[in-house]
Amino acid sequence: MHELGIVFHIIKVVNRVAEENSLTKISQVSLELGEVSGVIHKELADCWKWAVKKTDIMNDAELIIETIQALTLCESCRKTYETVPHGRICPYCSSGQTYLIQGNEINLKEIKAF
Amino acid sequence: MDKVKIIEVKESIFADNNKEAELLRTRLKEEKTFLLNLMSSPGSGKTTVLMRTIEALRDEFRIGVMEADIDSAVDAEKIASTGVKSIQLHTGGMCHLDAGMTEQGLKELGTEDLDLVILENVGNLVCPAEFDTGAVKNAMILSVPEGHDKPLKYPLIFTVCDVLIINKIDVMPYFDFDLDKVREYAYMRNPRLKIFPVSAKTGEGIDAWTDWLRQQVNEWNQA
Repeated sequence: MHELGIVFHIIKVVNRVAEENSLTKISQVSLELGEVSGVIHKELADCWKWAVKKTDIMNDAELIIETIQALTLCESCRKTYETVPHGRICPYCSSGQTYLIQGNEINLKEIKAF
Repeated sequence: MDKVKIIEVKESIFADNNKEAELLRTRLKEEKTFLLNLMSSPGSGKTTVLMRTIEALRDEFRIGVMEADIDSAVDAEKIASTGVKSIQLHTGGMCHLDAGMTEQGLKELGTEDLDLVILENVGNLVCPAEFDTGAVKNAMILSVPEGHDKPLKYPLIFTVCDVLIINKIDVMPYFDFDLDKVREYAYMRNPRLKIFPVSAKTGEGIDAWTDWLRQQVNEWNQA
């Protein structure tokens, strides 16, 4: 359900970009998806296939997903570590004073079109 | 064959929504209408907290309520019984409201003669947190039976909210719920968070919450 809402937003942005650039047929849409963006790739791809069929300009557009690694910075020891294996607790100093520096993005990277 | 063009976009898919939300906030400021986005998981007592809130503020403010649900009008009927202006929004299967849907709902509700509009978002701690609805303030409810570890499990919603209402404190003795722990976990994610422990059932703590809301509405609606 969540992925469907995201797909609708992607389509909205693609439509706007298509209009701004006078594009008539979109063949490919590339996304950058953070590892901890909470989006499930397969679900997103399924929703994409269903939703683009209802559009005029991207009805067989392919969706390419690139993953952005999640990284967390520890405020206590100032070290950066991989978020997915370690979570919110710093593996170097066990502090919980940490914050995500990248990895929750859902970005539209580029569009391939005619 | 036509030449293939590659357009580099490089923008968050939330960018358009965020822009729409900003525009909506500007309009609400001009109209002197305060919009509160209330989020929580299903069964946290959102509608009951809302009824208490309406009861406390209805003499001072003209209040409107938008009930967002995937289906049914159960909550809207309950709210309508308080006599305030209310509408039911169906998201048609979607798990959240975005700024565009909120704006549409406000139009349907009619906000010209309202001081305070409360949006009861879809019961869910994940998706509503990602979409700025255009609300002036965001509040969430966490109820005691859900457990004190929720700020660790659903960090984003605790980060985007201005207020955390902890509901059902009347049943705290029966649950393994640590109020200090929830404060610690929540402040870790959001040091500016205002926390109000309440029981919508007994009315305990409701005054502190409604005092805060009253002050926010007055500040926003002042010229």
